[in-house]
Amino acid sequence: MLSPTLPETKPIKLSVRNMAFSYGEKKVLDGLSLDIHAERVTAIIGPSGCGKSTFLKCFNRIHEVSSAVNVSGDMLIDGVDIYRGGIDEVDLRRRVGMVFQRPNPFPKSIYENVAFGPRLFGVKDRATLDGMVEDALRKAALWDEVKDRLKDSATGMSGGQQQRLCIARALAVNPEVLLMDEPCSALDPIATAKIEELIFELKESLTIVIVTHNMQQAARVSDYTAFFWLGKLVEMGLTERIFTTPRERMTEDYITGRFG
Amino acid sequence: MRLFDTELKELRDGIMAMAGVAEDMIELTIQALAEPSPAKAEQVNLLDRKMDEWELKLDQQCIDLLALHAPAASDLRRIASSLKIIPELERIGDHCCNIARRVQMVHPPILAGNDLEQLGTETRSMVRRAVDAFVGNDAALAQAVILSDDSVDALYGKIYRDLLRIMLADPLCIERASHLILVIKNWERIADQATNIAEEVLFILEGRSAKHPYLRGETQD
Repeated sequence: MLSPTLPETKPIKLSVRNMAFSYGEKKVLDGLSLDIHAERVTAIIGPSGCGKSTFLKCFNRIHEVSSAVNVSGDMLIDGVDIYRGGIDEVDLRRRVGMVFQRPNPFPKSIYENVAFGPRLFGVKDRATLDGMVEDALRKAALWDEVKDRLKDSATGMSGGQQQRLCIARALAVNPEVLLMDEPCSALDPIATAKIEELIFELKESLTIVIVTHNMQQAARVSDYTAFFWLGKLVEMGLTERIFTTPRERMTEDYITGRFG
Repeated sequence: MRLFDTELKELRDGIMAMAGVAEDMIELTIQALAEPSPAKAEQVNLLDRKMDEWELKLDQQCIDLLALHAPAASDLRRIASSLKIIPELERIGDHCCNIARRVQMVHPPILAGNDLEQLGTETRSMVRRAVDAFVGNDAALAQAVILSDDSVDALYGKIYRDLLRIMLADPLCIERASHLILVIKNWERIADQATNIAEEVLFILEGRSAKHPYLRGETQD
């Protein structure tokens, strides 16, 4: 956890200015401005339907895959606009990986799940692929559990292992940012603890943005917390401050369970 | 009302009840000292057991609230501060007992004027107002309690110097004066405890520590 008295030393990785988002006529996010620092964990909290998952998806434009959307304002990665800066979508999704609520491994072997991304980006050499798969599985703290059964189907793994496999799959293409949309909501406390430990290790080299409904999880894993309500940012600050002395009444009510 | 809010209210009510016993003990101590009344001094001792019982009960309530509800923000501050206020109240009870056991040893009176009574009543007022600030979420009152401590400290200092003079002038008074020094020291400590409670009230209400202002470059401490 960061000290509230020390200045932030990490650069801004993602920057959002006056950003709005709508599905057709329906406005989901409005007037959002915030900065996300590199090598920090930023948690997005807020009641269901407040737009936190939508916000997450805007960072790798994954919502564009399925629906007609309109994004206005600025969303920058390393100072370059994600929407208008001429960034290739596929390359953006390599740089900004995502892990979802329920583990969603491909119905393939453990090895093929992790090798999928590198193959997509043209890696063909078997030895190189082997190295990338091992590296990603190690980073996801899964290697020791699966190294002797890489050819087994991923669907036969436990839920917690499947989720770590999905993280390994995302890590295999060397992303700079990892978006996590309630990554532990389908996991038991032991599997959850492993993912949280992993988040702690991964932030050494990655920018992590996590959406969670679990207040304690947000408090445990994140450096910064942003509270969303009805598509707007109510308050953002160091997690330690948000959970002890929030400035906004609405934040206080939400984190103490008195909302609504 | 949610279960958590009910339990939080139970904790608050418990602290109020414990503070009520502390105030009763202070009142009895003042009377026992003035009369002097060994019977009232004995009552003070009996009430101390109640304080100890409250301390154990309320400590457990705080731990349960922390463990079962994982509170945040002002709820967390209130429970964390309660864990500090409870032992302050318990110590107030102990100081009253320390005074009460000396009521007969300081008679007949050797101090002129009513400084001793005033020290007791000013201290009582600080405790009462600190508890009122806690119950009524009153930051201004808590701040006033903290400022009152200087007045109690000054009165303590004055009585202490008077007692030194009395002892120098008349060695036959040394025993009573020595007991009186312990009596006034205990009152002064009770006033400190009231100050600590008031500081916790400010922490609950404002989310910043009011302790040790000199560390923040402020002069008073």
